[in-house]
Amino acid sequence: MSLLRTCIGNLELERPGMVASGIMDETGDSMMRMIKLGAGAVVTKSVGSVKRDGHVNPSFIEFPFGYLNAMGLPNPGIDDFKDEMMIATKAGTIIASVFASSPKEFSSLAERMEIFGASAVELNLSCPHAKGYGIEMGTDVKMVHKIVSTVKNTVKIPVYAKLTPNTHILADIGKAVQDAGGDAVVAINTLKAMSISPEFAMPVLSNRFGGLSGPALRPIGVRAIYDLRSALEIPLIGVGGICSWRDAAEYIMAGASAFQVGSAIASDINIFKKINKGLECFMKEFGYSSIEKMVGAAHE
Amino acid sequence: MNDIVKITSVKKESADTKTFEFKMDGKATAGQFVMVWIPGVDEIPMSLSSTGETKSITVKAIGEATKALHELKKNDNIGIRGPYGNGFKTKKKDRILVVGGGVGIAALIPLIRETGADTVIGARNKKEVIMEDETKKYSKNVWVSTDDGSYEYHGNAVQLMKEKLAAKKYDMVVACGPEVMLYYAHKECAELGIECQMSLERYMKCGAGLCGSCVIDGMRICEDGPVFDCKQISKLKEFGKIKRDPSGAKVSL
Ligand SMILES: Cc1cc2nc3c(=O)[nH]c(=O)nc-3n(C[C@H](O)[C@H](O)[C@H](O)COP(=O)(O)OP(=O)(O)OC[C@H]3O[C@@H](n4cnc5c(N)ncnc54)[C@H](O)[C@@H]3O)c2cc1C
Ligand SMILES: Cc1cc2nc3c(=O)[nH]c(=O)nc-3n(C[C@H](O)[C@H](O)[C@H](O)COP(=O)(O)O)c2cc1C
Ligand code: FES
Repeated sequence: MSLLRTCIGNLELERPGMVASGIMDETGDSMMRMIKLGAGAVVTKSVGSVKRDGHVNPSFIEFPFGYLNAMGLPNPGIDDFKDEMMIATKAGTIIASVFASSPKEFSSLAERMEIFGASAVELNLSCPHAKGYGIEMGTDVKMVHKIVSTVKNTVKIPVYAKLTPNTHILADIGKAVQDAGGDAVVAINTLKAMSISPEFAMPVLSNRFGGLSGPALRPIGVRAIYDLRSALEIPLIGVGGICSWRDAAEYIMAGASAFQVGSAIASDINIFKKINKGLECFMKEFGYSSIEKMVGAAHE
Repeated sequence: MNDIVKITSVKKESADTKTFEFKMDGKATAGQFVMVWIPGVDEIPMSLSSTGETKSITVKAIGEATKALHELKKNDNIGIRGPYGNGFKTKKKDRILVVGGGVGIAALIPLIRETGADTVIGARNKKEVIMEDETKKYSKNVWVSTDDGSYEYHGNAVQLMKEKLAAKKYDMVVACGPEVMLYYAHKECAELGIECQMSLERYMKCGAGLCGSCVIDGMRICEDGPVFDCKQISKLKEFGKIKRDPSGAKVSL
């Protein structure tokens, strides 16, 4: 048995690292490429009911410690995304990320994605920079419960909820996901942030604020997973600032059964191969016979 | 990285094309590009038309952002992010034929400067021929084609390229320009078995290899490119046929 095999509920993955939503997953060919480069699964770009161009540029800024983006959920719409799914699902495990403004819209998108061959659906309840979507719904405990239970009643594939760190009631939101029958919690999405140009006396992003990703986010993400592990029984998927096998191991030991990598793909498309190799070496050296044995190790 | 720079000079190249110089620290190589922020308007990708300590971009005014750039004067500020992309990879001993179509010649100037390579400049008509004098500073043989025959060779850049490849032995073609031109130039090189490198364009948002908006067949123009070689291009199903709009939806070229 492969050392790196992991289970998120009843979804089995040969490798625990997946591509995070919004990075190299807008087209079928990109997703196929990432699977070939060692990702255990790919989460699609968040897809909505209708085509969206996203926010006007600048929608992205680089810092030494991470990135700030306000893409604004660009996507071709669920109808057009079928073509991409047809290509991607042939290559490997695809988890479909969707965003919507009501429980009903979430469930109809999830239903389409199930038909397109998604292995699971990830509800984006956490985008920090698109009005009316994401955070605004994802921090309302009752709304989260309603969305998750509506989707659970519609599809057979596992339903994951991706949560925001922009709240002090993360554990309560996690519980709402669990109580509504959600199969896993994904944490975290980006941290709401802003950058201003002194020369022009204006915010750099056209949307003014955006979401911070990359290394700066990691300690916050690890803490979020640790807290959620203490509060919940359902599996967790850790994301935020993972750049190496050590970072991935932190998330696993905080309580995640799998992890996602986004920002680090920018400068190293081979990141999954490196993480897989490093993780395997570490597990052999430190006597972990499976990922499962490492999950939550830091809690004991 | 993100930088606010002062424009140190503006040069008019033709009725609709201008070169803007600015000082920016850090190394850049021939074929790399930057993301240019015009506050309140847009942020767009532009190839570097010089890569030394003083860097420059050469901009053809075709829409809102490029027209707004053309309004800018010496001492105005713009935002620059980068440089990004792989750039051209050539060896000293390579006998190179450079082919630049339209404003595409601008991205090739740094390479011409380094190598002194023979160059074909293609334009629609005499008025649109740009950077001919600049090219002649570094390159012994510069040939110009115009579609309407109003200046030098009557025909397109690929036809002229074919004649030059037949007349003299070259190891490699390096090209930048409209995708139809690149499509036929690549076809020609593939048939003749000549190595080539071409700089491609797609809609860009992050410019840094993250968002996936610039992909062609899963390859990121901004990070895996913008320069691709003959073999890589042969594998691209979307090359010359399909691009993606800002939403990621397919559009025919
Ligand atoms: C790697 C690269 C290098 C480039 N180098 C040069 C150069 O040296 N000189 C030059 O004049 N032009 C260059 N361009 C093209 C330049 O980016 C577009 O002409 C410019 O973005 C047009 O913006 P606009 O608002 O004036 O026009 P619009 O009317 O908004 O658009 C006109 C066309 O430009 C394209 N475009 C608009 N925004 C973007 C974007 N964010 N990314 C890519 N394409 C876009 C559109 O798809 C459309 O086809 C380059 C493009 C790329 C991808
Ligand atoms: C350019 C970009 C686009 C993103 N788009 C989405 C998206 O569409 N849906 C989503 O749930 N998360 C999106 N995210 C958030 C990431 O999936 C991830 O949660 C976050 O970036 C933290 O991980 P990282 O530090 O590894 O990038 C995006 C992030 C970036 C940088
Ligand atoms: S522009 Fe974002 S990946 Fe190329």
